[in-house]
Amino acid sequence: MKTTLTVNGQLRHLDADPRTTLLDALRNHLNLTGSKKGCDHGQCGACTVIVNGRRINSCLSLACMHDSDEVVTIEGIGTPEHLSALQQAFVSHDGFQCGFCTPGQICSATAMLDEVEAGWPSHVSADVTAKQDLTVEEISERMSGNLCRCSAYPNIVDAIMDVAGSAKR
Amino acid sequence: MNHTPDLKAAAIKGGVATDQRHDSAHKHVSGTAVYIDDMPEPAGTLHGCLGLADIAHGTITAMDLSAVRVAPGVVAVLTGADVPGENDISPTGRHDEPILTDTLVQFHGQPIFAVIAETREAARRACRLAKVEYDALPFVTDIGALDPLNDKLVTPPLTLKRGDAADAIAAAPRRVSGRMRIGGQDHFYLEGHIALAIPGEDQDVTVYSSTQHPSEVQHMVSHALGVPSHAVTVEIRRMGGGFGGKETQSNQFAAIAAIAAKKLNRAVKIRPDRDDDMTATGKRHDFLVDYEVGFDDEGNILGVDLVYAARCGFSSDLSGPVTDRALFHCDNAYFWPAVKAVSAPLYTNTVSNTAFRGFGGPQGMIGAERVIDEVAFAVGKDPLEIRKLNFYGPNGDKNGDRNVTPYHQTVEDNIVHRIVAELEESADYARRRRQIAAFNANSRFIKRGLALTPVKFGISFTATHYNQAGALVHVYTDGSVHLNHGGTEMGQGLYVKVAQVVAEEFQIDIDQVKITATTTGKVPNTSATAASSGSDLNGMAAQNAARQIKDRLVDFAADKFQVAADQIVFLPNRVRIGNQEIAFADLVKMAYFARIQLSAAGFYKTPKIHWDRDKGEGHPFYYFAYGASCSEVSVDTLTGEYVVERTDILHETGRSLNRAIDLGQIEGGFIQGMGWLTTEELWWDDKGRLRTHAPSTYKIPLASDRPKIFNVTLADWPEAFEPTIHRSKAVGEPPFMLGMSVFHALSDAVASVADHRICPRLDAPATPERVLMAMERLKGEVAGVSKR
Ligand code: FES
Ligand code: FES
Repeated sequence: MKTTLTVNGQLRHLDADPRTTLLDALRNHLNLTGSKKGCDHGQCGACTVIVNGRRINSCLSLACMHDSDEVVTIEGIGTPEHLSALQQAFVSHDGFQCGFCTPGQICSATAMLDEVEAGWPSHVSADVTAKQDLTVEEISERMSGNLCRCSAYPNIVDAIMDVAGSAKR
Repeated sequence: MNHTPDLKAAAIKGGVATDQRHDSAHKHVSGTAVYIDDMPEPAGTLHGCLGLADIAHGTITAMDLSAVRVAPGVVAVLTGADVPGENDISPTGRHDEPILTDTLVQFHGQPIFAVIAETREAARRACRLAKVEYDALPFVTDIGALDPLNDKLVTPPLTLKRGDAADAIAAAPRRVSGRMRIGGQDHFYLEGHIALAIPGEDQDVTVYSSTQHPSEVQHMVSHALGVPSHAVTVEIRRMGGGFGGKETQSNQFAAIAAIAAKKLNRAVKIRPDRDDDMTATGKRHDFLVDYEVGFDDEGNILGVDLVYAARCGFSSDLSGPVTDRALFHCDNAYFWPAVKAVSAPLYTNTVSNTAFRGFGGPQGMIGAERVIDEVAFAVGKDPLEIRKLNFYGPNGDKNGDRNVTPYHQTVEDNIVHRIVAELEESADYARRRRQIAAFNANSRFIKRGLALTPVKFGISFTATHYNQAGALVHVYTDGSVHLNHGGTEMGQGLYVKVAQVVAEEFQIDIDQVKITATTTGKVPNTSATAASSGSDLNGMAAQNAARQIKDRLVDFAADKFQVAADQIVFLPNRVRIGNQEIAFADLVKMAYFARIQLSAAGFYKTPKIHWDRDKGEGHPFYYFAYGASCSEVSVDTLTGEYVVERTDILHETGRSLNRAIDLGQIEGGFIQGMGWLTTEELWWDDKGRLRTHAPSTYKIPLASDRPKIFNVTLADWPEAFEPTIHRSKAVGEPPFMLGMSVFHALSDAVASVADHRICPRLDAPATPERVLMAMERLKGEVAGVSKR
């Protein structure tokens, strides 16, 4: 099935079985292996990518549903030579150990900061109408869809805290 | 990221004892770090999927795979009969673990065949078409009803004995006995198992395997293929987590991929689906601990009798050494004046349990902590008081020999007193204890609990021959260095630590040292990267290799410049020879032209250790690592749900090679240990099926589960008692057991519903359900008592 989508700013054409997940399309058809497959069930967050500005588990979404969508993967967020502010913060704070969850964490956090900016409340927000302060508790809750078995959580949260509120990510 | 070395620098970049960042940091954050599934596949790569048995125990009477064979995309179907060599991957040589079983099924989910197809999806679909018939046999999944001393074991048990425990308990003023159930744990490495086998000419095959033990994978593949080890090369650059789950469990996937690759002469990749991975690979052992303790009215423990029964699954795997290590930690940091401890590695019809961070040690320790709790409740004192009362004697304690372990090794490096005293102070234990008592007295539904628990963990493989390591160091003529060693990288920062050691040795910036993938072709006969020993062993081996080259450079320079050898000093990126300084790279180039060998193989074996298992005596550990943690929880008495309010940790890694990496290991280890004892519950149904086989049903800690206040300190004063690599100590496993403080804080909160008069006897994992049931039980007991 033919699908055309924009990935990291580039127009890409896909001709894949309609049952192909967005994750498999990215990894196997477009050779973007930065997004990881941790569970393939939408339960670990390793495959998180940003579609039209919102973070999703790409393993739970079919590629053909994304015709003319804008997809941003970890490769589109920054490169080793030009890291985004958030990526740099993950380096400075050691926000990983084995690194397998890291691309998902960073994609997720990038979009999460936008959600906060847009005033979306979370489960732990005391006032669902006010703009949320990004406390450790808020970040931890909002990042609870991204598992890290190495439990680098303290450093992940510190890295996000570091860029939260600053204009650049 | 090339740079020209600074020849005037006061210090090199990235030497030992610096916070050098992880070598792959920039790659991890940009998604460019390559894991095996990210490697470009060779043309024509095929994909495998394992067919799993769907009964817990029985003989296969018929296996009809015809529909599988003709399914779209299927290229081959393998059964045990297709194994050209030996159909066995038992790591201890007990011949009890077939690669693919063709007659007897011994657990639900045991691999019985493998489908190789053009795509992973085709292989997975075809797997479902098999028709297998069985003659079911009775099975046992739980060890609760088994007799530890008489039922079937998978490997011989161990007994540790010092003094006469039975006499001491009988003669003690007071006695308590009981039983504790301790659950297992799934590794849930975020990168599941994977193997990619690429056939070569003759008998050759190269296997990329996500493994902590490349040498063992090499041996297993060679046995399975029936070819010499030299035909098999196993390589691994990095794993997405291991935690012990890739010490032996990688063998099966590697062996099947290699068999298929050689048979079909095409590359074959096997990456099981997460559910299959959780169903078909081993986990942490569950234990049942039966204990009896004799003590006096003060809480001095006089004698302890312990039986550690473990659910091992259907084969021995590493259950022998795991249950041994449980016994080695049945004392934690406490001196048992008379002790008998027995292990029972029980056979069950479940997946064969295996290594997991701590390797039985955590289960051993939590048994010891239960004993402490029992005594504390019996004499009506704070458990921390009883802990301190029963610690091993301070070093050099001449009066009395309160420093001999149940395995007759003397503890020579004890720093638990200072660690605990400092933590008690910094966590403000005494004041918070009073505050919590006041809080609980006034709070009807929410109860708080507090606990401070120590860790003393023995470092070394208990199989003495594993305590060796090799490294290979090349210096190229431009002064850059190639480093290889037998250790594997799974996120613990081993590669960067060993590179720091080599940079330090040559006094060159760390970016001049290239860290290369672990491969059996460069360093042979290596041990698993396990037992926290990675940097201890490989750091020493790499240092040894670097020193050999350095010695040759010194000899060469002394001769060429006619100066004494002690006039030659390696300074940052340069070498002082008499009165002149030359760049390291220039000296190397000169040495090359003078035909000096610039490559060396290094070797290290841990001194001092020995172990006689039959006698239960020896010096199995080179040293001990220490730490302590203090946690406070609040529990909702209506639901059993809880929150960790605060945790303080003080841990030591000797003179740390890299404090940033060590802190990450401590935080991560604690959280993983907390998960084991709180939310991670494995559950088998009455058909012997594991029903917790995905993150939807198996709950590992999330970012939101970490303590609300989390103070982690790496003690800056300890230094290894033994001459370890730069006097550092191991860090991989010991912090895992810091998670015990959360479990005991929960127990403390539970105890508050009965005014701390009854030992809660909480089992692990302390899920909210279990916490609630324990509280209800205690309330019932109190009511029963007051009615009488
Ligand atoms: S791989 Fe998509 S959520 Fe786990
Ligand atoms: S860094 Fe290993 S899973 Fe997060």
